[in-house]
Amino acid sequence: MSNELIQTNTAKLTAAFATALVIADSQIHDELAYNSIKEWDSTAHMLLIAELENTFDVMLDTDDIIDMSSVGKAKTILAKYGVAF
Amino acid sequence: MSEQAPVSLITGASRGIGRAAAQALAKAGHELILVARDAAALQQVQTDCQALGALVSIHTVDLTDRDAVTALFRQLQAQLQHKALSHLVHCAGQMQDALLAMTRLTDLDKMLALNVGATVQLCQLASKLMLRHKAGHLVLLSSKVAESGSAGQAVYAATKGAISSLVKSLAKELGPSGIRVNAVAPGFIETDLTAHYSEDKRQQLTTQISLRRLGQADEVAQVIEFLCSDKARYITGHILAVDGGFSL
Repeated sequence: MSNELIQTNTAKLTAAFATALVIADSQIHDELAYNSIKEWDSTAHMLLIAELENTFDVMLDTDDIIDMSSVGKAKTILAKYGVAF
Repeated sequence: MSEQAPVSLITGASRGIGRAAAQALAKAGHELILVARDAAALQQVQTDCQALGALVSIHTVDLTDRDAVTALFRQLQAQLQHKALSHLVHCAGQMQDALLAMTRLTDLDKMLALNVGATVQLCQLASKLMLRHKAGHLVLLSSKVAESGSAGQAVYAATKGAISSLVKSLAKELGPSGIRVNAVAPGFIETDLTAHYSEDKRQQLTTQISLRRLGQADEVAQVIEFLCSDKARYITGHILAVDGGFSL
């Protein structure tokens, strides 16, 4: 997997989180967790899932939606769908 | 067909209220995604709707097959690309009349699987597509008997009661994301589901209906079309009776 593709996917992931949660790029790091900030509540989580599915053209299983508890975990889950980070 | 045509997914589209809804929305300029089990009947509805000017795709799916429904939405995701799914009109359902003591648990499971389980899964998958655009509309089919009950239809009525509860909960949950959720609650409508009713039973039911006649599928479809129109843009969480006054 090329570094360029990984950088592009990381940038896309950051943009998806920023759009869905309406937060700054600088707030987005692997340790950022669900419900750790007021912007990432259950409603925003569903918008985030929609944004990630749209961005990476995937359809996430319900178990993966439930398990997506942090930015780092999102990368791990998306990797299962062929998105490299 | 305009590029801006709303895209509507209709289940149970091969007959009855689903078929009438497909024709009504085709006339209203919607692009249609039609789903049913009966491929031949579905193709006929496709032909009819195309004759009305609609762009129509058809999918033969058993909605009680969870994997098949998931596969359908994976296909739709690719088919729609960046287009929004505007409306889910979920008309598929099963009605098995039986007194409580004569209700087989296998029939209970079948009605729960289609009338409730498939509805939840369809709402889940459709709303995820709609969330991408922060807009959309789910239309479900409840029934007059959901509120009033009906001797000999306890399980069917219970499944339709579940739909009414689902509509109100989802309207609250999805409203902040721009998705409306409504249902129509038909009374006695002349469709395949009621074709086996005897003439005596029909006459008996007719006397309980304020308008003194049975309903037609297209009369329900017109209401669905209204709910799917911009005129209904501020309506959500509503169960709209279409029963000629049967529930009064």
